[in-house]
Amino acid sequence: MDSRLLRQQKDCRSLPDQGEKEPGASRSSVKVTSTLLFISSSSSRSSQHGHRRPLTLFGCEAANLGIKPILPALKGEGGEFRKRRPRGTQQGHHLQRNMAGAGGGNDIQWCFSQVKGAVDDDVAEADIISTVEFNHSGELLATGDKGGRVVIFQQEQENKIQSHSRGEYNVYSTFQSHEPEFDYLKSLEIEEKINKIRWLPQKNAAQFLLSTNDKTIKLWKISERDKRPEGYNLKEEDGRYRDPTTVTTLRVPVFRPMDLMVEASPRRIFANAHTYHINSISINSDYETYLSADDLRINLWHLEITDRSFNIVDIKPANMEELTEVITAAEFHPNSCNTFVYSSSKGTIRLCDMRASALCDRHSKLFEEPEDPSNRSFFSEIISSISDVKFSHSGRYMMTRDYLSVKIWDLNMENRPVETYQVHEYLRSKLCSLYENDCIFDKFECCWNGSDSVVMTGSYNNFFRMFDRNTKRDITLEASRENNKPRTVLKPRKVCASGKRKKDEISVDSLDFNKKILHTAWHPKENIIAVATTNNLYIFQDKVN
Amino acid sequence: MLSKGLKRKREEEEEEEKKETLAVDAWWLDPSHSAVAQAPPAVASSSLFDLSVLKLHHSLRQSEPDLRHLVLVVNTLRRIQASMAPTAALPPVPTPPTAPNVADNLLASSDAALSASMASLLEDLSHIEGLSQAPQPLVDEGPLGRPAGGASPSLGALDLLGPATGCLLDDGLEGLFEDIDTSMYDSELWAPVSEGHKSSPEDGPGKEVGPDLDEAELDYLMDVLVGTQALERPPGPGR
Repeated sequence: MDSRLLRQQKDCRSLPDQGEKEPGASRSSVKVTSTLLFISSSSSRSSQHGHRRPLTLFGCEAANLGIKPILPALKGEGGEFRKRRPRGTQQGHHLQRNMAGAGGGNDIQWCFSQVKGAVDDDVAEADIISTVEFNHSGELLATGDKGGRVVIFQQEQENKIQSHSRGEYNVYSTFQSHEPEFDYLKSLEIEEKINKIRWLPQKNAAQFLLSTNDKTIKLWKISERDKRPEGYNLKEEDGRYRDPTTVTTLRVPVFRPMDLMVEASPRRIFANAHTYHINSISINSDYETYLSADDLRINLWHLEITDRSFNIVDIKPANMEELTEVITAAEFHPNSCNTFVYSSSKGTIRLCDMRASALCDRHSKLFEEPEDPSNRSFFSEIISSISDVKFSHSGRYMMTRDYLSVKIWDLNMENRPVETYQVHEYLRSKLCSLYENDCIFDKFECCWNGSDSVVMTGSYNNFFRMFDRNTKRDITLEASRENNKPRTVLKPRKVCASGKRKKDEISVDSLDFNKKILHTAWHPKENIIAVATTNNLYIFQDKVN
Repeated sequence: MLSKGLKRKREEEEEEEKKETLAVDAWWLDPSHSAVAQAPPAVASSSLFDLSVLKLHHSLRQSEPDLRHLVLVVNTLRRIQASMAPTAALPPVPTPPTAPNVADNLLASSDAALSASMASLLEDLSHIEGLSQAPQPLVDEGPLGRPAGGASPSLGALDLLGPATGCLLDDGLEGLFEDIDTSMYDSELWAPVSEGHKSSPEDGPGKEVGPDLDEAELDYLMDVLVGTQALERPPGPGR
């Protein structure tokens, strides 16, 4: 077992042989320049404005090559929290924003801001976006794709002169998080697709995130380097060693500014703890532990310890033939570090308290809504399967997404949700066709806005929906390149379920079920949303007057 | 054969769906609905059943099946089968004479195959689990290499018309071992003492304690064979 652990870890850290990948995939290229390793971020998700992209350094890869980086570690350098750009002005500006409202009137008007990704319709499999996540400040936006890459965008400092638009998001760092692996014991290929990314709160100058594929979770450190030492005595500037006999004077190397370089290095690799496919990771509010959930088990990790994890939930039956239910999502409570929830394929949510016992197989609370007898069908169970569960920022509520609806639960009431929003009820009569083409198994995610007043989720035809919990109004918008002029207000869309189709409405039968929005994210403080279509990332903002 | 029949039925089914503007799902549950006259529920149910079985087989054939998809399809299949089989809860429905024969045949063949597939898949999953155990305790693992026949109670519901389940399960097992060269294990090393005179030179220690070790050796043999089988399964296409 140890040797396999070692082997897998080595696989994870091996140099990505970029040049030998399939030609269709748009991969970054690797250039080895003397002793430094540069990965040029030539990914397809370039900024629209050709903004100068910072380079990314794989610190770990350099170490593996047996090459010592020229640049000394910056660890001892004060350790102060260096903010690159002051953001004080932006804070005050945004306190005036109205966070609530999703409909018309004096509610928010959503405008197109940016779109990232390839324009052509021919989608490379590796470019399919599989997860989207803002960090805790909202300054960084991370995406993961099917090719195992992570792309991080950074919000530009707001232009004080042109205060009518918020900062744009431009590529900050791109790195290959996971590589395809081959499990020799089972003769199975392990996909490199990034299933989830979760950010850690920022504690120092560096940023940390967890990214996971089906089997392995990795902790990545993303740090900036904007100074380099110059003036070595024994080395030329390009790294060549000088002949010691030619050295006549000595000088002290000094730090000089350099082009910003963003480094991503894997700091921890948490492997070999999941037999089944990981669907969720969630960082605890103690910021020391996190959970990872697969189809049948949930494990608890410490961020510092990679060779051990604790199993806290196990729903695997003794006889696999009796398997009828799987875990679909799990999350820690945002405030109580002993509480977490997990959802199931049967539409139930279980809240567990880790103080009760080491193995949380017995739930503290079971949230389940009785089935509506008038809506019973063969597909009742499939459409009740929960695809995502998210706590509100306050911790008082949680939201679940099943195939047709979004439900808000009060943690104090287990027998039914307090609010239910229909995402695309017009699909209820089409369930058989959706079962046939497997769309009924699509897993949509959902998210809260910063003030927990609006929730958002995706649908088909590149539509996404927002529900205002206070005004009870909802809106349907479309992520499409047709409205891609900045600050163009998005027009609300409407699907015609039956009967006469009004102007500008779309009939159910003309919906494109290949264009699905599964992943959406909402900025934690502002009205900025990131919406992922198959291979493009759209950023929308509220209209600023 | 199954796919041809399925195609025809699905086309009929789609035509039915186009005619009907009502929600199609509702009347499957209620066989006494007035729509029975227009489109026999047995046909629609059975086509959905076929579709589900097809999905199940497709899922099982993958090298690493999506467990959620598998579980949902199997549960849906159980629902459909429960509604198709006459039970005490449902009112007796006069089904058209031709439909039951077709349905029964489909049920019988796909049913047993389903049981066998499910059983073998889930056993395989257990075996894989057993091989790759890391921090998980081994206590909860089912015993390796114990594909003894007999459907579990949960699969019993699927077994309504399947007296052939046991046989097919055994057949499925035989199929598992086809590509394994078991000549090494067929040697006289494991033979009873009475046949010892045919043995190979290595036979010495085994021959002396032959009968006592047989059972234990067989158990070990089963474990190794199933382990070998799991290892030798060719890698499927990536998902």
